[in-house]
Amino acid sequence: MVMTMNDETKQAVLNFTVRLGDDAVVMGHRVAEWCRNAPFLEEDLALSNVALDFIGRARMFYGYAAELANDGRKEDDFAYMRDHREYQNLLIMELPRGDFAYTMVRQLLVDVFNLYYLEQLMKSTDEMLAAIAAKSIKETRYHLRRSQEWVLRLGLGTEESKSRAQKALDDIWGFTHELFDLDELEQQMAGAGIGVDNGSLKESWSLKVKAILLEASLTVPEDGWKVKGGREGYHTEYLGQMLNEMQCVHRANPGLEW
Amino acid sequence: MSAENLQLFEIFLRSRRGLDHKHVGSLHAEDHEQALEYARDVYTRRGEGVSIWVVKSDDICASQEDDSESFYDPSNDKPYRLATYYKLPDEVNNM
Repeated sequence: MVMTMNDETKQAVLNFTVRLGDDAVVMGHRVAEWCRNAPFLEEDLALSNVALDFIGRARMFYGYAAELANDGRKEDDFAYMRDHREYQNLLIMELPRGDFAYTMVRQLLVDVFNLYYLEQLMKSTDEMLAAIAAKSIKETRYHLRRSQEWVLRLGLGTEESKSRAQKALDDIWGFTHELFDLDELEQQMAGAGIGVDNGSLKESWSLKVKAILLEASLTVPEDGWKVKGGREGYHTEYLGQMLNEMQCVHRANPGLEW
Repeated sequence: MSAENLQLFEIFLRSRRGLDHKHVGSLHAEDHEQALEYARDVYTRRGEGVSIWVVKSDDICASQEDDSESFYDPSNDKPYRLATYYKLPDEVNNM
């Protein structure tokens, strides 16, 4: 596949792949912030595992991007040497971890999205993207099992756990619309059978998410406000702060190996 | 939320098909289902298992130190319970 792509398509696939890497590395970093901060030891290990799954996924996407770029850049250059304006992750990934309920509600919304997204990406005509999706979807099924269960526990738990989960849901809901937008690049990729038509996933996503929320006796928020811009490099103020922390060691010692 | 509200579970892992489940340790969880997931994260990260059992630690009835006199001592003077007690005829080489 790589050999037969013309330069223009190759550049488009490269840009598209970097975005998927951005989604994964940003989400992974947010989950990793729980490492040694989780409510108890077992959950700490579980969250760290999930974080590592996302970071591993980012490595696969960035590694493939580096291969496509073929200009000496490596996966680390994509992760550590780009500024927040160059990052094109979906905004929902970069929201600060908040409290435990916030983290789990976000995780649920993202996991259900990833489940349907990766299912489609597995059918990509680009063999590498299809292979990465096939590997990742197994992890995502496990992530979803956890996040779904936690949202049920929180929703059906105490007054406090329920109100925290509901507040998280209300705060995050406006960021979910962006998941189903397609810009020009994504339309081009979906049209070529390389990418995924996100818009077509919205119905399955809504059905599944709403069923879980209903079971958790949480209220599905109204579709009111919407925020987007991640795919264009317009981010919340939080991403810059996050990248500062994530990138500072690498930037202080570029290319260092250990 | 803290570990005080959680229950203790014992984890048993089967590392390969055909082998028995072996006790590998314990962990805290809210219920069986969650214990199973944590067991996966705590004890099988490096591909150690093909099957996991979780059992509430409370449900395990264990023998006590004090029991050893009545439980184990009586067998000490009954060597005839061991195969090695019996002298085999020379014709039986490998037993």
